[in-house]
Amino acid sequence: MRLTLHQRQIIWAYIFMSAALVFFVVIRWYPTILAFNVSFRDWNVFEGSGPWVGLENYQEIWQDAGKPRSSVTAAFSNTVRYVLFGVPSQLVLALAIALLLAQIRRLSAVFRVAYFAPYVTSAVAVAFVWNWLYQPETGLINQGLDLVGLPQQPFTKSPSQALPSITAVAVWQNLGFAVIIFLAGIQQIPGHYYEAARIDGANAWQLFWRITLPLLNPIIVYLTVLGTISYLRLFALVQNMSPQGTGGPLKSTTTVVLEVYREGFSSYKMGYAGALTVLLFFLILLITIIQLRFFSRRVEY
Amino acid sequence: MATSAEIGTEGTLQIGEHFKPAQPGSKRRFGWTLLIAYLLLAIGGVCMVTPFFWMILTSVKPAPELVNFSFFPENPTLQNYLNVLNTSSFERWYLNSIIVAAISTSSVVFFDTLVGYTLNKFDFPGKNIIFIGMLGTLMIPTEMLIIPWFTMSVNWNWHIGYTQYWGIAFPGVITAAGIFLMRQFFDGVPNELLDAARMDGMNEFGIWWRIAAPLVKPAIAALAIFNFIGNWNAYLWPLILANSREFYTLPVGLSFFRGESTTHWEKIMTAASLASIPLLIVFLVFQRQIIRGIALTGLKG
Repeated sequence: MRLTLHQRQIIWAYIFMSAALVFFVVIRWYPTILAFNVSFRDWNVFEGSGPWVGLENYQEIWQDAGKPRSSVTAAFSNTVRYVLFGVPSQLVLALAIALLLAQIRRLSAVFRVAYFAPYVTSAVAVAFVWNWLYQPETGLINQGLDLVGLPQQPFTKSPSQALPSITAVAVWQNLGFAVIIFLAGIQQIPGHYYEAARIDGANAWQLFWRITLPLLNPIIVYLTVLGTISYLRLFALVQNMSPQGTGGPLKSTTTVVLEVYREGFSSYKMGYAGALTVLLFFLILLITIIQLRFFSRRVEY
Repeated sequence: MATSAEIGTEGTLQIGEHFKPAQPGSKRRFGWTLLIAYLLLAIGGVCMVTPFFWMILTSVKPAPELVNFSFFPENPTLQNYLNVLNTSSFERWYLNSIIVAAISTSSVVFFDTLVGYTLNKFDFPGKNIIFIGMLGTLMIPTEMLIIPWFTMSVNWNWHIGYTQYWGIAFPGVITAAGIFLMRQFFDGVPNELLDAARMDGMNEFGIWWRIAAPLVKPAIAALAIFNFIGNWNAYLWPLILANSREFYTLPVGLSFFRGESTTHWEKIMTAASLASIPLLIVFLVFQRQIIRGIALTGLKG
């Protein structure tokens, strides 16, 4: 049999992709469909099946959400609060640090390493180090507050301070990534834009608002979307920073993923947990679409 | 490109000229502006690295020194390390983490590069559908897939004995993001070069392996490093799948270790140091490539 070059190319292409095609069908798309299926069933994970219950799991979530001090309500409202506290502070801090880093030459590499190191560290190790820093009496931060004459703080031990305290750790851990991306973006802006603006008499403040910020828009959108998704999926830090890993004190730090883990793999309510993951999926999808729609602007100069 | 811009400006920097402005020939910058930049960066940098130093300092302190607060250890000791290594299975957890990260990283490097190459350089029916089908999986949060994956693992006995290594690794043996990234990088490989090799009678696999792949080595290195770090630090899925202490990866083992040593902070910090120092060393050794890779992939994405 004689094949043309193009026909042989087609065969090679499919040989090269065969493993990946199997992977995406079996390990990605089939489980995605199964995830929706699980959420409509009273799923037993060890049998790999369960009776169809329709919308019962969703109804149960809805009913739980109506109860006072329910875990579900706490999980969703906390998750949104992590995003609202975490993403803006992460972006503003990272942009400020990147702008400063763009000014300097000496030691630039040292600073980049320092700011990026937490990003490569396991979230579990990070959680424990900060637990220790946040300790009452013996913790470094409270010792420092004592030293300057300020009152000690309970941090993760208090329902009102726990969530912001954990958010601060998440920002600390993820900051370096945003700094590096911002810095790369700033260095891509052609220097002559600034020169031309300066000749027209623009001051540093105007340069930032009129040139730097608009030209960084694609990067800001990218980091906002990526950052939001990572805060919506927060789990390891919260599980390892809250007492007994339950999202306490008083459910003040629990997240959607933590509730999925607890319902699914501690209480073995798989259908309920599955329905929660489907809701999480739609939440992520909705927020991402909104962000792409409202933050993306084409800037041309 | 960030890297070339960096090299371009660095080339203008001469000895004794560290007050040279970031954009040469632009606005005159006074020494004190730069001084403030360094000062702010240094304050931020201290905030970033103090937790690491505090972790290591605590790990070399005898327990009584944690109560009588002193910043530096008065009688530094490695006894905590001996105790933790003797009473836990850290060696085993290291081994598990290395095995799992090695399985997924080598697989990702091979398949993502191959598929990315195929999608860039070959023309075949169904190409768009396949590409969208792969990229579309990026919208599905992995949290939604853990219940289906767990069900599948139970069905196929991937959660028992040594197959747990495969069970922990399988969700990440091919990645859509990596395929997308490599597809972008193969743009830089000229088609004429591949055609010339075809004329010489080289087969398609050989062309990819011997000619195309070596030309994108920096991108492959970045892909390998990120995947290794990501898998090394992966937490939620290994936590669910590994069913006995012997098969915990480092983050999972570390998390359970805390439960066993509740308030012995010197032990917990020793364990956290053991878990995070190897990767921090890897990061310090490869910091230039890692940070450049992040900037590169971030801008491509």
